[in-house]
Amino acid sequence: MDYDAVVIGGGVIGSAIVRYLSLYDMKTLLVEKEEDISSGTTKANSGIVHAGYDPEPDTLKAKLNVKGAKMIREESEKLHFDYKVNGAMVVSFSPDDDYKIDELYERGIKNGVEDMEILSGDEARKIEPNLSENVTKCLYLKSSAIVCPFSLTQALAENAYENGAEFKFNTKVENIERIDGGYRVITDTSSSITTRTVINAAGVYGDAINNMVSEKKIHITARRGSYMLFDNETKGMFNSTIFQLPSSKGKGVLVTPTVHGNLMIGPNSVSIPDKDDTSTTAFDLDYISKEALKTSPYIPFRKVITSFSGIRAHEDSGDFIVGEAEDAPGFFNAAGIESPGLSSSLAIGEMVAKMVADRLEKNKKENPILERKAPPRPREMSIDERNKLIKANPTYGKIVCRCEEISEGEIIDAITRPLGARSLDGIKRRVRAGMGRCQGGFCSPKVMELIEKYASIPFDEINKNSLGSNITMEDK
Amino acid sequence: MERFELTCIGCPLGCLMTVEKNGDEINVKGNTCLNGERYAKEEVTAPKRILTQSVRVRDGVDKMCSVKTSAPIPKDMIIKASETIREKTVDAPIEIGKIIISNICDTGVDVIATREVRKKA
Amino acid sequence: MYDVVIIGGGPAGLSAALGAKKKGCSNILIIERSEKLGGILNQCIHNGFGLHTFKEELTGPEYAYRYIKMVEKEEIPFLLNTTVLSISPHSVTYINEEEGVRTIETKAIVLAMGCRERPRGALNIPGDRPSGIFSAGTAQYLTNIEGKMPGKRVVILGSGDIGLIMARRMTLEGAKVLAVVELMPYSSGLKRNIVQCLDDFSIPLLLSHTVTKIEGRKRVERITVSAVDEKRKPIPGTEITYDADTLLLSVGLLPENELSRKAGITLSPVTGGPIVDNSFQTDSDGIFACGNVLHVHDLVDYVSNEAEKAGESAALYALSDRKPSKKKIPVSVFGLARYTVPEMIDEDTKEDTTIRFRVSNVKKDGKITVRVNGEEVISKKKRIMAPGEMETLIIPKRILEKYEIIESIEVGTED
Repeated sequence: MDYDAVVIGGGVIGSAIVRYLSLYDMKTLLVEKEEDISSGTTKANSGIVHAGYDPEPDTLKAKLNVKGAKMIREESEKLHFDYKVNGAMVVSFSPDDDYKIDELYERGIKNGVEDMEILSGDEARKIEPNLSENVTKCLYLKSSAIVCPFSLTQALAENAYENGAEFKFNTKVENIERIDGGYRVITDTSSSITTRTVINAAGVYGDAINNMVSEKKIHITARRGSYMLFDNETKGMFNSTIFQLPSSKGKGVLVTPTVHGNLMIGPNSVSIPDKDDTSTTAFDLDYISKEALKTSPYIPFRKVITSFSGIRAHEDSGDFIVGEAEDAPGFFNAAGIESPGLSSSLAIGEMVAKMVADRLEKNKKENPILERKAPPRPREMSIDERNKLIKANPTYGKIVCRCEEISEGEIIDAITRPLGARSLDGIKRRVRAGMGRCQGGFCSPKVMELIEKYASIPFDEINKNSLGSNITMEDK
Repeated sequence: MERFELTCIGCPLGCLMTVEKNGDEINVKGNTCLNGERYAKEEVTAPKRILTQSVRVRDGVDKMCSVKTSAPIPKDMIIKASETIREKTVDAPIEIGKIIISNICDTGVDVIATREVRKKA
Repeated sequence: MYDVVIIGGGPAGLSAALGAKKKGCSNILIIERSEKLGGILNQCIHNGFGLHTFKEELTGPEYAYRYIKMVEKEEIPFLLNTTVLSISPHSVTYINEEEGVRTIETKAIVLAMGCRERPRGALNIPGDRPSGIFSAGTAQYLTNIEGKMPGKRVVILGSGDIGLIMARRMTLEGAKVLAVVELMPYSSGLKRNIVQCLDDFSIPLLLSHTVTKIEGRKRVERITVSAVDEKRKPIPGTEITYDADTLLLSVGLLPENELSRKAGITLSPVTGGPIVDNSFQTDSDGIFACGNVLHVHDLVDYVSNEAEKAGESAALYALSDRKPSKKKIPVSVFGLARYTVPEMIDEDTKEDTTIRFRVSNVKKDGKITVRVNGEEVISKKKRIMAPGEMETLIIPKRILEKYEIIESIEVGTED
């Protein structure tokens, strides 16, 4: 057997699973169809670490959310990803709906959520002055947090890599065959892979992967949600994440700062037949704008720097599917992971890794690396620290992305670190170069020169993201 | 007799002009000023343009060197000349004003550098 | 302690430095973030620059070269690859590879950071998010500086001059430009560019149209455009779909004032640039502004002219104890005038004042009028005014001197 465990999918769930697997004494591989981690659902979502007030009590969603949120807080100290406890509010706009706030509070108690408080509209506006005058009551969740999904996923994947896990990109699983004592994973690249266990973390394609192996079919609907991201001039408009009362369609359109402080609004929820259709429509953008205006009439739509859509994997059962398939020993699912999937990711990772290790009777490594050293962030340093860094490596003194003040050194890091970026989006997700107000207008040619130099990819072959998304056509 | 419709480029007014050409006799209508008439006459007899482009540089601190025709060339030569310039590679160093291609497409006009490119250290 | 520190080494910064030098400043520093002086002119390889300044038609790099040579001749020091992180009155903090983060003291500061392009996000065009969508300036950089081809089959949204110039540029490099699409019923580009960049190559210009759909998962595959009604809303049924691999956006320029904003300098909501008086001083003591960071200009010649004045003012401020009077008369607008630069005039001004402004709509056979205390003092006939062109007029000092007390100055257009 080539591997003890093969994880399919390099999103936050796959990366969390491979990270916890890598703490065990086993040979592990992650395969990802795109060129980088964080390329599916992970690349476009709200980035909220939910407190856990929303899921139905006793569901997997409820259990793993509360547990996962705590784990993210703890691991942020060791894996050094961008994380911030900012608090959240669920608001109602009519005295007729205020009882629902009390119901959510009760649900939160049942789910084990700590640090909740019920506020009047005025009390809420004292904390968040840009809230609408129409807010009548609010559930204040002080433990709610925001995380950068890319940063979290990168930290998990890097730590797994440091602990010996292997990664294959641009590799799409086409079929899985059962063989003696395990599985043969057939991919669109020439070689096939044999493994004792397979873990399905394939996001919206989780049903296809499961159904290759198990007779217990699952069905995943892709739900698309659109977002608008604002210029970092909007920093400070909101410190907390503001939810409207949840409906059958989900948690509704939220208004939140990102972990970097700028404003973001979204998502809506539309079931789509084509699972890769991350387009935005005028209708969707109009809808989220109108909904967000209910939360705050002050949203500055002139300061939108980009709009985008993400997809979430909704399984028909409505709950997460985590565990070994009944009729396929050694095949584990982490499927139907929609919200609160990001919040639950570490709990899912730990849970699945333990199941796999138990099945294979593997023990934890004696000395796994539990801490990840994050690359330097010069702009967050004191002047003395920053100058020391620049003296040791002058490239940290050359600003390439002027909107986000990202230096050449940081971009080189993003390329040359383990599992380094190979595409413009890969750089953007790691160091935010190109994420600011000019959306890469100024820096993308410079970033491409650096990718050409440090990743040895010819300029014309550099992609925005997937293979085939090249930026320039060919030499004139 | 030939008839042409032209937009004047002299100012934002952008007068739509009708030009009638009968041998050496040229009649301009629709113009507001004399500049328009002058422009129209030139456009229907011998339209010319400055061509600006860039050429590849070998061993330079810059990858490209911008160039222009040192004088306007006939409009119908533009595409042909651009194809010639596109194929050209020049060695650094390049001085501003240096002739990059002389007598491009037999127009009697040279293509000259519009910037200096130093040699790579 | 510097006399004048100039932020930006493009046409505005270079000219401001020369202006400051001319007035006797010896301790000047230009700070430029890129690897060479000249700013955006380096990638504007087309001709049409300098007709006012040099009385001849130059390309962008040639125009920049002349100014760079003058700055070198005057031995004005400059820093390259150096980014300013923050400013406050009398100090500038910058970063570069050699010095790290460093704060310097200066008597005066001239802001000359230029402008940037409005990105796609500001437009919210629905659809996929593939590669192959560029701002026109990025495409220009890739083509002219990197020598790379941004695409082969191109649709351009926006008929400002950069969009028009890129239509020709891409054509000359062998690409097929399928259409230039303009939301407004008129182009904001120069007539000359419409004729020489589009008509010469039979590239269609679709006025009152916009891009309504972008398709393509990896690279752009199709672009759909629609006609728009008077309210600029797309009209269903008018869609035209192009098999295009590239969309260039030339949809407006914004003064780049992040540093100014962080420093608490008051910006005009109309221009996006700092509010200045007739000496180009902002409302922050000793901080001046000029060029496209102040308001987006149509011709570089006007940038040079304005920046030289700003540099002179900064030098006078740095070299004398005399501070400009605090009494400033606001300039208000009427008719089609959208804004003026300067927005205020020093009551004690000893010079003629150049007022620049833009109009909000095309106006044929109108007048530019100046009123002081409600009284018409200047009335100038204008055959045509258009949003794409900057209007310039001079209020001679003798007019203002006639008034004991000036309560209001109004600049605008009339029929």
